[in-house]
Amino acid sequence: MADLLSRLLAERDWILADGATGTNLFNMGLASGEPPELWNTDHPDKVRALYRGWVEVGCDLFLTNSFGSNAARLKLHGAQARARELSRVAAELAREEADRAGRPIVVAGSMGPTGEIMAPMGSLTHEAAVEIFHEQAEGLKEGGADVLWVETISAVEEFRAAAEAARLTGMPWCGTMTFDTAGRTMMGVTPAQLATLVEKLPNPPIAYGANCGVGASDLLRTVLGFVAQGSERPIIAKGNAGIPKYEHGHIHYDGTPELMADYAVLARDCGARIIGGCCGTTPDHLARMREALETTPPGPRPSLEEIAARLGAFSSPGDGSGTDTAQRPERARRRRRG
Amino acid sequence: MAEEDDELILSELDDEELVQQMHDDLYDGLKEEIEEGVRILLERGWEPYKVLTEALVGGMKIVGDDFRDGILFVPEVLLAANAMKAGMAILKPLLAETGAPKVGKMVIGTVKGDIHDIGKNLVAMMMEGAGFEVIDLGINNPVENYLEALEREEADILGMSALLTTTMPYMKVVIDALVEKGIRDNYIVLVGGAPLNEEFGRAIGADAYCRDAAVAVETAKQFIARKHNQMAAG
Repeated sequence: MADLLSRLLAERDWILADGATGTNLFNMGLASGEPPELWNTDHPDKVRALYRGWVEVGCDLFLTNSFGSNAARLKLHGAQARARELSRVAAELAREEADRAGRPIVVAGSMGPTGEIMAPMGSLTHEAAVEIFHEQAEGLKEGGADVLWVETISAVEEFRAAAEAARLTGMPWCGTMTFDTAGRTMMGVTPAQLATLVEKLPNPPIAYGANCGVGASDLLRTVLGFVAQGSERPIIAKGNAGIPKYEHGHIHYDGTPELMADYAVLARDCGARIIGGCCGTTPDHLARMREALETTPPGPRPSLEEIAARLGAFSSPGDGSGTDTAQRPERARRRRRG
Repeated sequence: MAEEDDELILSELDDEELVQQMHDDLYDGLKEEIEEGVRILLERGWEPYKVLTEALVGGMKIVGDDFRDGILFVPEVLLAANAMKAGMAILKPLLAETGAPKVGKMVIGTVKGDIHDIGKNLVAMMMEGAGFEVIDLGINNPVENYLEALEREEADILGMSALLTTTMPYMKVVIDALVEKGIRDNYIVLVGGAPLNEEFGRAIGADAYCRDAAVAVETAKQFIARKHNQMAAG
């Protein structure tokens, strides 16, 4: 039998994902610098409340509070031995809240980056990265996640390692990268490269796409970059609710629920099938996004000009297509050594 | 390009050509070539500080500009930084001996809960290249680390970095602690990291947000100059 996410995708034109985990937990009192994942055992009531928020406003899929529950990140807090446990509990709490909803809701086991640079540029080997992700994935599986949700990745090597961990766990998965540097990831990956990469993996994800980054406009430009590759695989759009500002003692994202509702409709018109928010996106935003998706008839694919006019200007002239931006100059090589 | 043109011997270049070539080699992250270039310039009697600023920092400025403009990305910048570091390793002991000008002292670190240090390392290296003394606290720093190092080192500048939206508010925690202790105005506070912006930097009480390493160096120099002017006037 197909997994729940695949079934929902077969039945529906679009699926509403959730919003932010970290920034919403801050609003519930999480102290900056503290790992959100420890709350799975220290404050399960608050983590449940976060999950319930998504269920109540009509999300079809939400992520577990396990973004950083891998050994590499938990090491900062001396909690590396708890990677599997914290991942499992994150999924258990989510499973219970999802099952209580009375409609099918996908529990997506969030897996964020290790935070380390992979070999050969950095010190983290493929094998070590697979092990780190695999441990987390096993925990999420034990806790009852329907699908693994690899997110905020910037390097091809790390994406591959997470994919392999999903394969070892025997779980379906989804994967998104963060395109925040002149239309590419900070490691230079273009939307087209990700679209090509997912098709070459031995276990391709159910869906792939973009999350986080710099605002709603940029994210949709990235989605158009995926669509241009012509792949049939469902595309994920999970953009931030604007950009972060510091107001009255806490972080506030300047994207209103109205703007995110517009973003959601445009994301669908761009070709995204799984639509949600990332940092700064609250249940209020999601409620408006659901309403807009349900009441606005599908429209033609928007142009870049229309996206900028409705959601705000792009952060960079380069769209990551590799043809538009200034290119790396051909430097006169005056020397080559054997 | 013809084969014979490819066989280029660094030591046969005149000073100007060699510096140009080193800029290219830095751009391409060629560590050994940079080391060789540094040695040749020193043998020709260049002051270590001149080698540093003209050959290395000048080259990294190009790398930094192209990173800012979305032409280079992190992998290329890391390679370039590695090559620069190799050149710096030769120059560092000599700079100490020759009493090269010290522009100021900076304490820098990634905030608590955050392990991302690519940007911070680049800033540290570029600052060193520009003549600053840099105390690098590494990653995952609680308030106490910053306070203790600032005091111990009698630093001029505090630099903080964060890559995550969940850790960037911690910069405010550190700045608030400085304010509480009545020492905020003793330091120039610079912040940076992918999710930040200028408005955020201002709102949390930093002196400036620096979008990349090259901007950090320029900003630090400006603030230090201003500080000196104030002292001269006072």
